[in-house]
Amino acid sequence: MAEVVLDGVSKRFGHIQAVADLTLRVAEGEILVLLGPTGAGKTTTLRLVAGLERPDAGTVRMGDRDITLEPPSSRDVAFVFQQYSLYPHMTVFENLAFPLRSPARRVPEPQVRARVQEIAELLHIEDKLTKRATQLSGGQMQRVAIGRALVRSPSIYLMDEPLSSLDAKLRAEMRVELKRIQRELGATILYVTHDQTEAMTMASTIGVIDRGCLVQLGSPREIYEDPVNTHVAARLGSPSVNLVPRGLFPHVPAPDQTVTIGARTEHVIIKKSTNGSAHGRVKWIEHLGDQSHLHVTVADTDVVTLGDPDSGLAVGDEVAIDMVKPLFFDAGGERVRTS
Amino acid sequence: MAEIRVENLHKTFGDVVAVRDSTFTVPNGDFFCLLGPSGCGKTTTLRMVAGLELPTSGRILLGGDDVTFKPAAQRDIAFVFQLFALYPHMNVFSNIAYPLRCQGTPKGEIKGRVEEAARTLRISHLLPRSVSGLSSGDRQRVALGRAIVRKPLAFMLDEPLGALDAEMREVMCGELRALHDRLHATTVYVTHDQIEAMSMADTIAIMRDGIVEQLGPPQELYDRPATMYVADFIGSPPMNFIPFRGALAPGDRSLRIGPAVVEVPEAREGTAETDLVLGARPEDVQLSASAALRAEVIEAEYLGTTQIVTLSTAQGTRLKARTRSEITVRPGESTGLTFRPDKLSVFDKSSGRALRSALHEGAPRG
Repeated sequence: MAEVVLDGVSKRFGHIQAVADLTLRVAEGEILVLLGPTGAGKTTTLRLVAGLERPDAGTVRMGDRDITLEPPSSRDVAFVFQQYSLYPHMTVFENLAFPLRSPARRVPEPQVRARVQEIAELLHIEDKLTKRATQLSGGQMQRVAIGRALVRSPSIYLMDEPLSSLDAKLRAEMRVELKRIQRELGATILYVTHDQTEAMTMASTIGVIDRGCLVQLGSPREIYEDPVNTHVAARLGSPSVNLVPRGLFPHVPAPDQTVTIGARTEHVIIKKSTNGSAHGRVKWIEHLGDQSHLHVTVADTDVVTLGDPDSGLAVGDEVAIDMVKPLFFDAGGERVRTS
Repeated sequence: MAEIRVENLHKTFGDVVAVRDSTFTVPNGDFFCLLGPSGCGKTTTLRMVAGLELPTSGRILLGGDDVTFKPAAQRDIAFVFQLFALYPHMNVFSNIAYPLRCQGTPKGEIKGRVEEAARTLRISHLLPRSVSGLSSGDRQRVALGRAIVRKPLAFMLDEPLGALDAEMREVMCGELRALHDRLHATTVYVTHDQIEAMSMADTIAIMRDGIVEQLGPPQELYDRPATMYVADFIGSPPMNFIPFRGALAPGDRSLRIGPAVVEVPEAREGTAETDLVLGARPEDVQLSASAALRAEVIEAEYLGTTQIVTLSTAQGTRLKARTRSEITVRPGESTGLTFRPDKLSVFDKSSGRALRSALHEGAPRG
């Protein structure tokens, strides 16, 4: 394992700037998750680290070695793709052993066996080793694909949305599994996804990326509680943060430059209004089981709050709205700090 | 708009029973979800209601009329598919106008109705555009426009959001429900996604192997699952199951799991000693350092306000607890578990059925 550093890396495809002056350090033993929408430059960044693309500017370093111009094969990285591509005519064992049996590596056969067995146990697929890859379920196939990366001990694992082809339940299981495996191996992982839940739950550090630029870097908690602009605020949290015009809530004290108030659903407190001091009206209650989302109409704007299923509020009720820990943003969407 | 009634509906394909003796009513104006995994018979049920499939036996009533053997064209039902089948050579206006042109609606009326449908869906600005340049969300809005422009008796939607990415799906969920609130049209919606069903439906019917396993409002299914199958299908993460061996007598308010005494809603039926399962939603599992039921922390997943803590009990059962994210837990540490007593279900392991209790017999919550 080793730390990987990108320093001022840029990459352009025709007139599209895919990655713009990106500086990023993946520390040894951490999972750094790049989070962003389609086209943000996440996959290009991974490919730059892998050596599948060459940067227009900047350097890529691994430990204290400059690898910017090295070919992929000498970089010591393992890549897991979104679509697991296993060899269908091979057994699970042969698929897992494949990278070790490559002529370039020449690992002795007893060692191959031991390593495959070890990784299979880690992934809980040790009883599937003799099956053909095509006899497995989707989740098992993706485990094998991840396992094929894990049998080697590269300096860094690069993972490109490895869970996105799985169904919701399996994805939730694999999140926990991957994190456990990462901890047990002490692996360094650069992981890209557009799924904020994956980013929040798996990352040691999240890098929010938009149009090729790194917008904010920090722990999941820092990014969630202290976003630098409206883009980051909206990117994390489900349901997403309420971003409402300042004028809608004149009773909330805010700095002068404030144009937009951001309030997470759990920070919007609503009470049934009895004395005519209502701010809005309950439009719709979404029952999600453990909690409810109350959609409140304030003037023309929809504000979503979290409510206890037993709150007793009903559609049509007039409500007063209060905010805890509101976030303030200026006309450009940048955060206005209060202290 | 109309009520839909399905009576003893049965459908076999060769020797496969797709739908088994289903009976249910979709009230007029209801947003009704058929929810289940692939192959459970939900799409077959929908296709029979729409007239795209004939039942092997049983009856379908639409607004009181027996339409069981009427062709689809005479049922006045609009169908929206997962793959929005738009005519690529027509613009948005012509795509939406198409069903009206087929019916021979006068030209002047077509224009007004298409514009009204477009306004309802907030896509008026797209009317002159070609459909080929549209985003997937807008394409699905156009497909919906083609359904609502006819003002049919009912809408059938078959996984209409299945082809959209997660972010767009969430947006469209909100829009579909808002659309329903404006039109109050009887809607039957098929999905395998419990979050879609929970967030949109007035009523959910959970299907399994061709049978409706439980039918009720979303919160009802969540709080009082009739079977382990329902408990597991609804909720994310799903309900925790803690297997234990024990007996239960009517009136019991607690049970023993290993070293721990767990308070439960008062039992209304008893059972001799057998394999039972305690069901607890993640938010009803609490961590308490001194509790008798011990578990090891496997993982904590930060979600903003809350976190999901994965635990493994001394007996090796995996559990998930939803707690406030301020509570610090570390993988590997030992903790104790307690449960919120009034929310627990007890299931018979072999049948999967929930035993009757004060919780399961309580008045349904509005």
